[in-house]
Amino acid sequence: MAKVIYVSATGESREVDVPAGMTVMAAALKNGIDGILAECGGVCMCSTCHVFVDEKFFDKLPPAQDTEEAVLEIAAIERRPNSRLSCQIKMTDALDGLIVQLPEKQR
Amino acid sequence: MGPGTLIVGTGQAGFQTAASLRAEGYLEPITLIGEEPHIPYQRPPLSKGFILGKQDAESIELRPAAFYKSHQINLLSSERVVAISLADRQVEIASGGNLSYDALVLAVGASNRKLPLPGAELDGVFYLRSLAEAIVLKSQLEEAREIVVIGGGFIGLEMAAAACMLGKKVIVVEALTRLMPRIVAPIISEFFRELHASQGVKIICDATVKGIAGAGGRAKEVLLADGRVLPADLVLVGIGIAPNVELARDAGLAISNGICVDEYLRTEDANVYAIGDCAEYPNEFAGGRVRLESVQNAADQAQCVATAIAGRHARYHALPWFWTDQFDIKLQMAGISAGHDRVVTRGNAETRKLSVFYFRKDKLIAIDSINRPADHMIGRKLIATNAAVSPEQAADEGVELRKLAAVGSQ
Repeated sequence: MAKVIYVSATGESREVDVPAGMTVMAAALKNGIDGILAECGGVCMCSTCHVFVDEKFFDKLPPAQDTEEAVLEIAAIERRPNSRLSCQIKMTDALDGLIVQLPEKQR
Repeated sequence: MGPGTLIVGTGQAGFQTAASLRAEGYLEPITLIGEEPHIPYQRPPLSKGFILGKQDAESIELRPAAFYKSHQINLLSSERVVAISLADRQVEIASGGNLSYDALVLAVGASNRKLPLPGAELDGVFYLRSLAEAIVLKSQLEEAREIVVIGGGFIGLEMAAAACMLGKKVIVVEALTRLMPRIVAPIISEFFRELHASQGVKIICDATVKGIAGAGGRAKEVLLADGRVLPADLVLVGIGIAPNVELARDAGLAISNGICVDEYLRTEDANVYAIGDCAEYPNEFAGGRVRLESVQNAADQAQCVATAIAGRHARYHALPWFWTDQFDIKLQMAGISAGHDRVVTRGNAETRKLSVFYFRKDKLIAIDSINRPADHMIGRKLIATNAAVSPEQAADEGVELRKLAAVGSQ
């Protein structure tokens, strides 16, 4: 079990326990984090699970594939260098303490 | 405070309407009613990860059960609306009694078209739209060995791929000349025919089914009009869905290819909206009135109606997009290709990186992409903003689509 900290656009933090193998997106939905919409159900089609990954963790993530990079280009809030789709981030123990910032809007 | 908003249908559109209402700051009561026993869930995984055992009922829920309570959404499952009284602004529910509304959203979806042939009622003949059907089908697939899929559309092909990946012998029978006819260009149909064939799925096109033969009440063969007999211990029928218009029709609302709504997704009764798989509406990308069956259509229409009910009416103008997963290939589709008069391509089938650009009177109307996700995503923007793109530019890999998107609309 590893921890993910979701920071809302207005600065509120919520720490959530996430089992290894679960995506950061799925954990958000399961725990009632409203800032992630996941409209396509996590298949890299919609951009509504967009997050900004804290710089301490960004390089620990496996790099984004073409499909994810393409979706980040259409995100409602303009993508940043540390943008990722949370449906593509699978939790591992190595990512314990992962901090993700939620954008102001997802659509 | 009035009775608030009543949403009929607990699919993607109904769920999203409720969720978006609260996200828009709507504080009135929300009642979400649906016939299905399950809380709202995603349908796309049913013919993909769910059948393959990679996802279960809980993992496909749109939100956990706690969401409805924490957002003050009164979710009534296993409840059917039997009648609407537009004059009284009330609906009658099957368990007895009436529920009032200020705004009514019909997100009642569609139902499987049934095979109108002898033998269709035999055991071993299945359709797939609901989680309940998927649960039964998944269980029945375990013992089955020879699967015949009737219908070469998205559902039929996704199920064929899944059954093949589960080690079954699969035959797909399609009435028209090619796979996913009327939706994709021949080059895409051919790509998928080859993909399925390479995995061992037998594809038979131009074939009409005349019936299903059984033994002991159970399907055992699919009979084709040309005399061929296909052994089958499980038959999957994927011949489309028909909108659930009865409730609206009985209430006196106009129906055609679905419940008729205007560009604001409103019926002729200003308090009643219809969205998702059940609704026929004017779509500028389709060049006329359409009914679209997709997650995008359901979710975007739900957002539009929620915004309207929360106080800001706006025309619905979202760009249609869609995807299908078959084996290891994801086909991404932007826009509506019906009515095209020309296609050009980038990439090719051999490299498994292919985009097909559809034009009507030299205007880009749709793009289908395989392993070229940037084309799909930029394509959405190109089509949505009516960007100037010529067939020559689309066909030329040297022309960056991103630059065409930035130039601006015609």
